[in-house]
Amino acid sequence: MNSSSPAIEVEQLVREFRKGPRAVDGIDLAVSPGEIYGFLGPNGAGKSTTVLMLTTLLPPTSGRARVGGYDILRQGSQVRASIGAALQEAALDAILTGREHLMLQATLQGMPKADRTRRAQNLLERVGLTEAADRRVGGYSGGMKRRLDLALALVHGPRILFLDEPTTGLDLQSRSALWEEVARLAKEEGMTVFLTTQYLEEADALADRVGIIDHGKIVAEGTPTQLKEEIGSPTVEVVPADAGAGDALAERLASFGQLARNGRGAVTVQLPGGESQLAEVVRVLDQAHLKVASLQLHQPSLDDVFLAKTGRKLEGAGEDQDERQP
Amino acid sequence: MSASPSAVALAPPHLFEQVGAVARRSVMRTVRQRGLLVFPLLFPLILFAINGSALGAARKIRGFPPVSYRDFALAVPFIQGALFVAVSTGTDLARDIESGFFDRLALTPLRGSALLAGQLGGSVVVACVQSVVYLAVGVASGVGIASGFGGALVLLVLSILIAFGFAGLGALLALRFGTGEAVQGFFPLLFVTVFLSSSSLPRNLIQISWFHEVATYNPVSYLIEGIRSLIITGWDAQALALGFGFALLLCVLTLGFAGTAMKNRLVRT
Amino acid sequence: MRRFVYVAKGVAWRSVHNTLVSPAILLPSLIFPLFFLAAFAGGLSRISDIPNFDYKPGYTAFQFAFVFLQSAAFGGVFTGFAVARDFDSGFARRLLLTAPRRSGIIAGYALGALGRWLITAVVITIAALAAGMNVSGGGIEIVGLIGLGIMMNLGSALWACGVAMFLRTEQAGALIQMPVFIVLFLAPVYVPLRLLTGWVHAVARLNPATATLEAARGLIAGSPTKVALSFALLAGGAVLTALWARRGLASAERAG
Repeated sequence: MNSSSPAIEVEQLVREFRKGPRAVDGIDLAVSPGEIYGFLGPNGAGKSTTVLMLTTLLPPTSGRARVGGYDILRQGSQVRASIGAALQEAALDAILTGREHLMLQATLQGMPKADRTRRAQNLLERVGLTEAADRRVGGYSGGMKRRLDLALALVHGPRILFLDEPTTGLDLQSRSALWEEVARLAKEEGMTVFLTTQYLEEADALADRVGIIDHGKIVAEGTPTQLKEEIGSPTVEVVPADAGAGDALAERLASFGQLARNGRGAVTVQLPGGESQLAEVVRVLDQAHLKVASLQLHQPSLDDVFLAKTGRKLEGAGEDQDERQP
Repeated sequence: MSASPSAVALAPPHLFEQVGAVARRSVMRTVRQRGLLVFPLLFPLILFAINGSALGAARKIRGFPPVSYRDFALAVPFIQGALFVAVSTGTDLARDIESGFFDRLALTPLRGSALLAGQLGGSVVVACVQSVVYLAVGVASGVGIASGFGGALVLLVLSILIAFGFAGLGALLALRFGTGEAVQGFFPLLFVTVFLSSSSLPRNLIQISWFHEVATYNPVSYLIEGIRSLIITGWDAQALALGFGFALLLCVLTLGFAGTAMKNRLVRT
Repeated sequence: MRRFVYVAKGVAWRSVHNTLVSPAILLPSLIFPLFFLAAFAGGLSRISDIPNFDYKPGYTAFQFAFVFLQSAAFGGVFTGFAVARDFDSGFARRLLLTAPRRSGIIAGYALGALGRWLITAVVITIAALAAGMNVSGGGIEIVGLIGLGIMMNLGSALWACGVAMFLRTEQAGALIQMPVFIVLFLAPVYVPLRLLTGWVHAVARLNPATATLEAARGLIAGSPTKVALSFALLAGGAVLTALWARRGLASAERAG
């Protein structure tokens, strides 16, 4: 793989299971070296199935993919040597300690004996588990398990990292810490990260580019900003202090853009010129001596992108499906 | 901070190193869950104690070997213990599959054969401990080993070989079905095969014809009789040949099928 | 009282229903006793040749009595496993939250155990009769035999419920099972009490299960013996295990 070719290249990848629809239905994507690619979608969309195929744990029904320059079907062992993966379950042995996990991983990866201990210590420091290193994993918190999971994926120094819903079930603090480490890996070490998530804010915060997947197909792809700009402008929601002033409020705001009203008397108007129009809105209301109870600016979210592309909201859209082969 | 190793530069580890790493984990898990050894150790010994005494009058049946029933019954715990080894091997491996740890191992250069051999390492340790304990308790309770000290060693070898074969069966069930529940579900069936054998009476004293037929065709009968011959007879070449023969056959079949199941389970492109 | 009854009925219905729709639960509870009957009555039938064995209906009937009571006891044990599973899965917490009379939950589990065991009892009885078992007892004796089974099942189910509620994990399985197993097997399983020797004889003489087993064998043979004693022991056992189960429930309630 040279620096100009994609780190991950997928062409018309399909995965069918024996009974049921296609879990992955002909996806195309390319991830540049050093990029964080966010793969966003509800439960059952095909995210984990895609990861399993790209990490060679599940053969595709059809299509091609290259990871780290290696074909996933014909060069599986080279692919596995190039990647690290933290899959959907933390997949740890509760009886072993954190250090023992790392030593085992290092041994199985073929690391020379002399380097294993040093490498394990190094990774434990990096993920902040030195104090807990010699405690059994069964006693670790969810955040600690995820950090160990990440460390195990990095043992053999891969250039490409697959993270399958790495922060699901974690508290805010643990989640932020993991985000920081992932961002650092990409920025300082040039690691390519393929991250699946169902959390909008995670994709928003971390990903350089986002691919939105639904029912096995990629429905949208781009940077978070591009995707949001594509579907619309920000809106401002104004609630009048006087419930009877709704009509007057709507009349004043109609000149800005498309209006909508709700039963609470609030008026929502689109700002085609962007959030910079907010000041103008305030000026108009002030000139009209209209008092407001609240005024809120809403930026389009990736949820709005999903809604625009699929007709459904992302949050709550997922069916509970097992994406593994039955 | 030291530099990360280049991923592609790492040479695949030697097979023995892989087996050793997995075996070390398997043994560690066994040693750290000592409590789980208690039931498989105690249960067969309790049955042995009860049956050894409760069926003491069986020696009055004409044709019963001229030994105490306790001597006759000591062979059975070794087989029951092997069943427990089968279940614990299977549930351990099934747990790895269900938790996703199996996938983690699949992402390394670990060979399927090394994974299987290593997993069975812990089973062998358990089998050794169990066999020594059963023999020691039997001797302490007054059982005489007709084949002497040498025979006792051969008994241990045969017992461990049988346990190894059953461990392969446990691994096969885990790899085939992928859940601990499925493995546990087979346990009653395995337990029943011990009863439908010459575990309680010599085959020639089984009166009910269908039962006699079943016991004759049940390989477990020959495993028990092989061990029993060392305890009550001495050196019985035929019994030993059949015992070792069936034990080796069990190992070959279960490990062979488990190897195939491992290939199917360890799906990697 | 009314709330107690409908809680008990609801829990019992679920227990029986889940057994009937789940072959993985139903089949072992049927097959295991059948195999014990086959193994003991079939494999050990020569035991009846021992001098002084003297049980007129024959060895199949002799072993049937044990297997009948054992299936009743283990029916209760399996209910304990189910209770433990309910705690592990969180369903028990739902029951505790929903039931207006929580003691009805215990009654429901016990009733469910009985319902499940009655299915097993019918199957093994048919199997034993098909295998040529002789029953010399009349209608009253058979009712008495069933009564012994019911009481055995009740005591065992309450014991198992108590343990499961105290420990609230499937790991409690061994602790539920072992005492029942040992009590049963330290009774005259293979030969009558008078043919036992050594420490097992001494223990079996004091074991309450011995009286029950002998009563069951007597009822099958049409020569009732120790029936009143057995029912008294079983009733006492049921009272004690009911208190035990109630304590277990209180422990589960405290744990939340």
